Amino acid sequence: MTTKPLLDVRDLRVTFQIRREGDLPWTPPRQLHAVGGVDFTLNPGETLGVVGESGCGKSTLARALIGLVPATGQAEWIDGRDLLALTPRQMMKYRADIQMVFQDPLASLNPRMTVGQIIAEPLTTHHPGLGRAEVKDRVKAMMQKVGLLPNQINRYPHEFSGGQCQRIGIARALIVEPKLIICDEPVSALDVSIQAQVINLLIRLQRELGLALVFIAHDLSVVKHISDRVMVLYLGKVMEIASSDDLYAAPQHPYTQALLSAVPVPDPDFDVAESVVPLAGDLPSPLAPPSGCVFRTRCPRAQPACAEQVPALMGEDHLTACHFPGPLTEEEITRARQTEAA
Amino acid sequence: MALLEINDLSVRFQTNDGEVRAVNDVNLTVDPGETLGVVGESGSGKSQLSFALMGLLARNGRASGSVRFDGQEILNAPPKLMNRIRAEKIAMIFQDPMTSLNPYMRVADQMAEVLTLHKGMTKREAVAEAVRMLDAVKIPDAQGRVRLYPHEFSGGMRQRVMIAMALLCKPRLLIADEPTTALDVTVQAQIMQLLADLQREFGMAMILITHDMGVVAGSCERVVVMYGGRIRERAPVGPLFSAPAHPYTQGLLAAIPRVDHQGDELAAIPGSPPNMTRPPAGCAFEPRCPYRRAECATREPALDGFDEGRARACFAPLQDVLAHRETVHLAEDEAAIASPDEQDEAIPAAAIAGAGVAGTPSTVDKP
Repeated sequence: MTTKPLLDVRDLRVTFQIRREGDLPWTPPRQLHAVGGVDFTLNPGETLGVVGESGCGKSTLARALIGLVPATGQAEWIDGRDLLALTPRQMMKYRADIQMVFQDPLASLNPRMTVGQIIAEPLTTHHPGLGRAEVKDRVKAMMQKVGLLPNQINRYPHEFSGGQCQRIGIARALIVEPKLIICDEPVSALDVSIQAQVINLLIRLQRELGLALVFIAHDLSVVKHISDRVMVLYLGKVMEIASSDDLYAAPQHPYTQALLSAVPVPDPDFDVAESVVPLAGDLPSPLAPPSGCVFRTRCPRAQPACAEQVPALMGEDHLTACHFPGPLTEEEITRARQTEAA
Repeated sequence: MALLEINDLSVRFQTNDGEVRAVNDVNLTVDPGETLGVVGESGSGKSQLSFALMGLLARNGRASGSVRFDGQEILNAPPKLMNRIRAEKIAMIFQDPMTSLNPYMRVADQMAEVLTLHKGMTKREAVAEAVRMLDAVKIPDAQGRVRLYPHEFSGGMRQRVMIAMALLCKPRLLIADEPTTALDVTVQAQIMQLLADLQREFGMAMILITHDMGVVAGSCERVVVMYGGRIRERAPVGPLFSAPAHPYTQGLLAAIPRVDHQGDELAAIPGSPPNMTRPPAGCAFEPRCPYRRAECATREPALDGFDEGRARACFAPLQDVLAHRETVHLAEDEAAIASPDEQDEAIPAAAIAGAGVAGTPSTVDKP
């Protein structure tokens, strides 16, 4: 590794205390491990895609990085400080470097503020010394940059369409010139034609400004398109991390293979039934995750050993957390189909 | 004979912002046993089309035209007739299984209700039939789970319950409105497979409404592409993907990122969808169309057939579209910047009532 990573995350854990209705006051709360020990590094200017199904902890991971939920472990920023150990006041300084873009474009904008006020808010918070004219100029320049008209500065969010609201959200994140933007499902609420506009905008801005992105999405095609590297999560654990090309061309973890096989391909000649590797059963409850490998209850390759030992994330560039990595054989796929049908 | 015949169907909504023309002059047929895909973005009118068929329009909505099911006129039919057709002849499943099941009723009770009402079964027979149907949609331990409440099921299981409920009276047509949008991909694959199996088993026709071209490619025989409340292209699924004949279809296909391809820049469609309270005088796609010509701004192109089972509504010559000979070059942000007053108008809530932004439950208040 020649460059120092922008962010080096080690053993990040987020645990929620769950109290059930009817629990007595002295009953100990149950532990929900939303994120159960995640390691990854992010280089400056790189895009890391995070994929997984609902409940896999991808949004919680994003919130933990920016300090919106308490987490344990380590997240070392490029200057050597551990982001998770900072006090809220110290974190303030880093918030200018790490910004976030949210899923619901309209809900993440204050309906009673004008676009100009929304985009200017981070700027006036982090650079209180700036003059009013200066702020307005920068806001207008940023609006231009994200494809909004500078003369729309006095309008309110409800006057914009979904795609344009997401552009406002991006402008708000970019105005403080961050080094890292965490995008939590930024395009899932948008229509296909608008989604492509926003993705292109993000890619263009990233190249221009040298941003690093953590791009969270459940749509595997979108993630493939935008990411340099991709991380696959399942039940709060990393299953596989690899470069985007590698991961999609030669997935090693059985879960990644099942996930990729389920993505609908817009090509009528493509035989869906031939390719899908079904997953048996439902996602286990995160309150009582399986012992050993969390995926073993649904894995077509599960062995007794999988129940005993938690597989470590291993490999050089293509990291996999599996005792028996490698492409699924015909036999295993047939077995998976039979279990599903039964 | 076609199972369902839709002629000149239009849907209008009276709103405080003026009349919203959600669906305009739609002509469609569905044959017994076939799967028809209806594709479009939010506000394209695809959901309102199905609501009009089922007589489920909001109170300020009016449907006109003709819809014949098995030769019988059902559009704006009296509630008594409609209630018999719904569930027994045509059933519908919705996007969000949680909000379409009654949270206060056990699954057994809400499923039995359908059968006691429509088939005059006793409660005991009805519950037994409900269990059989839950088995058919592959819910493990159906006998035990039938006594649970909807919240005790996972999202995929809830959608299975919805499907089982829709199939109880063995309908001849199933309308599936974004049945998998709220589900994860692995669950989506299971549900689409299940729908295909059941369709074969029951010999049922299906109208699959979706915004996901991947789902369409995987399960439909014929496809209708809607934009701005009108059908823009109608084609068998093969030619639609291999040689899209309408500029919008072409743009839509180019805008999808794909897992099986490597690409750099996505070909986004510039601008945003039209405001249906004040629809453009001509073709609704004109401001975003790279093939536009003078007449497009003033006249609405008719849906003309040009090949076996294919039709398109466009003034640009077919050869030009197929050969990608574009007449204007649109920069990605150009439409947004060039004509602010047309473009920055948000779509009025009523225009997308019931449709919702792709992938999210609708937050629009029903009047």
